[in-house]
Amino acid sequence: MSSQLVQPMEEYLWEQYEDRKQQDESYLVGMWTFLSTEIMFFGALFISYAVYRYKYPEAFYAGHEYMNVALGTINTAVLLTSSLTMALAVHFAQKRKRWMQIGMLVITMFLAFGFLGIKFVEYGDKFREHLVPGYNFEWNQANVNRLEASTAPINIIPSLKAGSLPADSAISHDAQMYFIIYFAMTGLHAIHVIIGILIMMVFIGMLVANHPSVRYHMPMEMLGLYWHFVDIVWIFLYPLLYLIPR
Amino acid sequence: MSVTQMENTTPEPHPRKTYLNEGNTIGSWLLTKDHKRIAIMFLISISLMFIVGGWAATMIRAELVEPQGHLMSHETYNKMFSMHGIVMIFFFLIPSIPAVLGNFMVPIMIGARDLAFPRLNLISWYLYIIGAGISLAAMLSGGVDTGWTFYTPYSSVYSNTHVTMTIVGIFIAGFSSIFTGINFIVTIHKMRAPGLTWFRLPLFVWAIYATSIIFLLGTPVIAITLALVVLERTLHLGIFNPAYGGDPILFQNLFWFYSHPAVYIMILPSMGVVSEIIPCFARKKIFGYNFIAFSSLAIALFGFLVWGHHMFVSGQSVYSGMIFSLLSFLIAVPSAVKVFNWTATMYKGRISFDAPMLYALGFIGLFTMGGLTGLYLASLTADVDLHDTYFVVAHFHYIMVGGAIMGFMGGMHFWWPKITGRMYPERWAKIAAVITFFGFNFTFFPQFILGYMGMPRRYHWYPPEFQTLNILSSIGAAVLAFGYIIPAIYFIWSLKKGPKAPQNPWRATGLEWEEVPSPPPTHNFARLPIVEREAYDYEWMDGRDDSLGAASVTGGKGDG
Ligand code: HEM
Ligand SMILES: [Cu+2]
Repeated sequence: MSSQLVQPMEEYLWEQYEDRKQQDESYLVGMWTFLSTEIMFFGALFISYAVYRYKYPEAFYAGHEYMNVALGTINTAVLLTSSLTMALAVHFAQKRKRWMQIGMLVITMFLAFGFLGIKFVEYGDKFREHLVPGYNFEWNQANVNRLEASTAPINIIPSLKAGSLPADSAISHDAQMYFIIYFAMTGLHAIHVIIGILIMMVFIGMLVANHPSVRYHMPMEMLGLYWHFVDIVWIFLYPLLYLIPR
Repeated sequence: MSVTQMENTTPEPHPRKTYLNEGNTIGSWLLTKDHKRIAIMFLISISLMFIVGGWAATMIRAELVEPQGHLMSHETYNKMFSMHGIVMIFFFLIPSIPAVLGNFMVPIMIGARDLAFPRLNLISWYLYIIGAGISLAAMLSGGVDTGWTFYTPYSSVYSNTHVTMTIVGIFIAGFSSIFTGINFIVTIHKMRAPGLTWFRLPLFVWAIYATSIIFLLGTPVIAITLALVVLERTLHLGIFNPAYGGDPILFQNLFWFYSHPAVYIMILPSMGVVSEIIPCFARKKIFGYNFIAFSSLAIALFGFLVWGHHMFVSGQSVYSGMIFSLLSFLIAVPSAVKVFNWTATMYKGRISFDAPMLYALGFIGLFTMGGLTGLYLASLTADVDLHDTYFVVAHFHYIMVGGAIMGFMGGMHFWWPKITGRMYPERWAKIAAVITFFGFNFTFFPQFILGYMGMPRRYHWYPPEFQTLNILSSIGAAVLAFGYIIPAIYFIWSLKKGPKAPQNPWRATGLEWEEVPSPPPTHNFARLPIVEREAYDYEWMDGRDDSLGAASVTGGKGDG
């Protein structure tokens, strides 16, 4: 690919552009346009969330009781920290401090893995609790499990406030809707995290090899923008799914 | 414009390097990053899809000749019209002008060497091919019977046809649209030649820009919605299934949130093409440049506010109905502005009726018909009667076939000399344009009457009293088919036998004609042009008495 560069490597200019300024700006406009598309991707799900929460407030409340707020909060912190380290990686890219940049990217990547790991644990709980729509969703069973767990000595599942759940099948379908939305939204978000991790891996590899195309800070800035977007989406998901008020 | 190419006036001893002869291997095409070659690959692929969709249409019209046709079973008929709609909308009309003419022309029109992201452009084509391949495979291996609208819960629960696979194909092709849109937006923002301000841009570029906005903001919504349908179908969830607390109206809202704007994806680029053709063949500056430019943006933005007019009888609230009805009337205004401006441009112009102009004029007439009947449908009370009848079918065909495809054909004729370096046979082209126009009206005008009389769409059996009009429509369709077959033949013929095209056969304005030989070299411009004038300065062009004009006058007669 580098044979396509018409300038010396330091300049890193693709042949369709006139100069670096044009190229840099094109990258940025491109990334922002892409993110506007992304907003609409999630937008469709946010709208569905709004419609069903408006329709089934009790079921959404009941469903959210099964969220592990502690893990969700930790994950929020993890992701926010990763945004910080990503911002630092961009900073070091601009300053051309390659090893610092690599270091920050590696930390970001580990935090991203951490996020996925915790998500994995949470998903696992849902499987065990019969809360996975289309796979083993059984609202009553879930409630029974829950009651037992709340009396167990070690409480893995957050405790059930006595009498707070309509533990009957009346809202079973509606509660399932909550979990469909939950899995759809966090799933789409997780896909974005995974894509981010893959890009980071490629980046780290290229940086270690000192590949010419990453000696230039723009690609890094774009990765940064993408990662912050993923972060922001979570900032919305977390309260909407975990912190539904009474 | 400062650079003048002299090489076209004198015969060349060696064949000039063009984008066409730079590498002839399959690989040099399949791995190309040249926007012009990618445009050609899109042209070939969408033409194949057009043949598939056209074949389905032929079967539909053949079946409808008899009140109780026995060409095919009910199920087959359902699959036939579904295939027709899906192929024509998602795999032909939506990519047609943007990915072919837009891809080829936009960089040249704005004085750029390529799109901003050539690799992304190539990826777009591959995504399109993969998506089209999957959907086509689904439709040929048994088909899908939901219609192009995929209404739930029929599509997600009851239909036992290849819904999932078809949707996967459409989903993938959606990314092709999104990437194309990103590419255009960035290119138009950042890669214009020096001096080419926003208000000197050709109106085609404005139209493509507006279309790209819809690509970006609309496509993701349908992608997620269809993905949810697939989830519901494969995992037996109840997202849109009322039996499980799901809301089918939500599906319809999400679907039309994309699909109404999508109808503007299909028509806006055609409006752009017409805005290029009319001034050229009327030899006049376009009337009300700013109005046309802004009406494109207005259509793109307001187009997102009227989706509810497809759901007047779906059970949405009366107040939504009223508001959507009102907004739908408003969206007709920017379209009408364009029609008035084109007409005003022709007023007192020196009009010549070459084939591109015939198509453009046909566009104006048929689009106006389609737009006006859209207003009937946008009136709440009228729509209660007309919804899901042939009136709706006629309405959108007037716009999508009479409008969008006429514009596409007009653009293909207009830019064919530039794209291929060959002239098409003008006389045949005129004949084809006229055949298309009459064939089209014979096909679809009877459908307005049928719909008004109450014939519902998507049924293949109908009361015998509707037969006469249906036969008329089917005959019209056969005539219309010739209107498309003839150009297909002479376009292919002209590739080898057509007279060599001069740089500017129409003496048109615009960088693609003034600065770039036909066909263009790989990187379009030897030296980047500097733009010093407004668009459509035909007074200047006609006053100019240089090689460019001279070459055009003799060139048209053919020297190849
Ligand atoms: C002048 C502005 C327009 C207005 C006011 C308008 C209005 C409408 C209305 C109210 C309907 C729904 C009819 C029903 O289902 O009962 C409709 C259907 C439709 N229109 Fe338009 N329309 C306009 C322009 C367009 C354009 C520009 C296109 C395409 C390029 C288009 C394509 C369609 C299609 C495809 C349908 C039917 C969709 C389906 O049910 O399969 N319309 N139009
Ligand atoms: Cu509409």
